[in-house]
Amino acid sequence: MPEIGNTYEVAFERPKSMYAQFDRKEDLQHTTHYCAGCGHGQVHKLLAAAIDELGIQDRTVLTSPVGCSVFAYYYFDVGNVQAAHGRAPAVATAIERSRPGATVISYQGDGDLSAIGSAEILHAANRGENITVIFVNNAIYSMTGGQMAPTTLVGQRSTTSPGGRNPATEGYPLRMSELLATLEAPVYIERVGLGDNRQIAQARRAIKRAVENTTKRLGFSMVEVLAPCPTIWKMSPVEAQRWVKDVMEKSYPLGVMRDRVKDAEPKPEPMVAPGLAEIPGLLGIEAAVPGEASRSGHRRRGKAVHLGVRVAGFGGQGVLLLGEVLAEAGLEAGLEVSWLPSYGPEMRSGTSNCHVRLASEPIDTPLVTMPEILVAMNEPSLRKFDASVKAGGWVIYNGEEFPAELMREDVHVLAREFTREAQALGDPRVANMVMLGALLELAGVVKAEAIHKALTKLVKSPKWVELDERALARGRVMAREEREQVSRGCGVMVG
Amino acid sequence: MKADRGQLRVDENECKGCGLCVEACPPHVIALSEGLNHHGYRTAKYAGEGCTGCGMCWMVCPEPGAVTVLHLVAATVQAGGVECTGN
Ligand SMILES: Cc1ncc(C[n+]2csc(CCOP(=O)(O)OP(=O)(O)O)c2C)c(N)n1
Ligand code: SF4
Ligand code: SF4
Repeated sequence: MPEIGNTYEVAFERPKSMYAQFDRKEDLQHTTHYCAGCGHGQVHKLLAAAIDELGIQDRTVLTSPVGCSVFAYYYFDVGNVQAAHGRAPAVATAIERSRPGATVISYQGDGDLSAIGSAEILHAANRGENITVIFVNNAIYSMTGGQMAPTTLVGQRSTTSPGGRNPATEGYPLRMSELLATLEAPVYIERVGLGDNRQIAQARRAIKRAVENTTKRLGFSMVEVLAPCPTIWKMSPVEAQRWVKDVMEKSYPLGVMRDRVKDAEPKPEPMVAPGLAEIPGLLGIEAAVPGEASRSGHRRRGKAVHLGVRVAGFGGQGVLLLGEVLAEAGLEAGLEVSWLPSYGPEMRSGTSNCHVRLASEPIDTPLVTMPEILVAMNEPSLRKFDASVKAGGWVIYNGEEFPAELMREDVHVLAREFTREAQALGDPRVANMVMLGALLELAGVVKAEAIHKALTKLVKSPKWVELDERALARGRVMAREEREQVSRGCGVMVG
Repeated sequence: MKADRGQLRVDENECKGCGLCVEACPPHVIALSEGLNHHGYRTAKYAGEGCTGCGMCWMVCPEPGAVTVLHLVAATVQAGGVECTGN
């Protein structure tokens, strides 16, 4: 009879959702960067297997942390975002909420999750974000060489607890799973271990269950995995595995801390996030996406503009609005602009100030530490900022008596009772607009039409727009008169 | 002679010789090689027979593709010439 050989078929192999070859240095494209026996490698395998089994590779987005698993994106053939240290749950939240249909998994170490990222995980769990968190707890900061983590065991040595962790000075191991299970929102929290075959098999089931919850939109699921780090623990892989079971598990009991899966209602799908091109429309502004053709076409030609203005006064004088109208008018004129209200300690004494930049080139910083024009609406503001004005610049001061000791040889001054002028126009509160009118006249960077547009955008009441327009016109006249007197003219407009 | 229900393949390029599969294998049919691979690791080595196909070694292995476990799907039992199908 014909001899046929035994036939074998592959039953367990490299998960489909992991790359066959890694985009790493040449010699390292077939091995991970993990040490021999590393728990991260094991968890990667189990997670990838779950993704395969659930058939969700094409909709999975993994946020990887800072720590030894920072390079998870080399291995997982899914969507990948690498987050700043501890921020993975916040990043995962953003992805979850803007990508309908995505299954979002936040992969984190214990330093990442329980130390620097303790706030992010707490609030993501408390909001019941529909994400899976895979929390790999190896009781130490491994990537950086073995510093103590909040999860380090009592008595465990680390480079920063060389005598062993002492609860009297370093507190106790933080049990994140128990802590998060005190919250209402999470649907599923389980702690598993990688201490032996049985534990690893349970870890596999738990990870799959958590991810499945996420695919069903049931809410926040987390699996904490007690994982070996042979290198930093200074053990062989097999010793490290035993240590998980014999020692670590005593501080971190395994088991389900929360299971409300059966009663959980699926959360609604998030709305589709608008495309970049739609955003200006939603914000009610004209297309201003950097680098887009419409922008450069919009930009005015001609003289280079580079104007920095500081506006200061007491609260209620309209300091911020003055700055805002100026910046908005700059936008209307196709300039780059920035407007930065400054909320320093001076807020408490009732003064306020803002920084405004108008420029023909992109602005590097919105801070204006040396303004070309200072608008000082009261004396304390003048005292505070007078010395900062650039040589050749202008000080527009709301007061006729300019303090003699603040007089500078190298700056021009327009000192008038602007509030009185405003009063004469009908309301002392438009002093800011009279001063803005003067500023515009002196700076000469934006046309009246742009100002008008900006004003109607920011000031809703037509009555006020009308008054503001008259105030602006009055200010322009006052500045023109002043300039005619100062034969030197305006040194402000750097052209 | 009955055919083994499973079979193990080790990718020597990928194995780092952590020994977790050696520990995990219920019938103890994995050992570490005497020689080193080009990275300098001793690698997992299948004894050549006795695998049950349980997949434990695959599950504990931290490298994505270092071990592959196969299942017997069709066997020829030479003595009686009877063909049987497994799994
Ligand atoms: C903002 C910031 N602070 C500190 C670091 C340094 N740093 C890198 S990894 C790490 C600890 C990682 O520990 P863990 O999350 O336990 O991951 P493991 O390496 O143990 O897997 C720290 C503190 C950093 N990269 N960024
Ligand atoms: S140092 Fe520890 S956690 Fe990092 S790769 Fe090595 S074994 Fe894994
Ligand atoms: S599949 Fe099971 S029996 Fe076969 S080598 Fe792996 S651990 Fe051993």
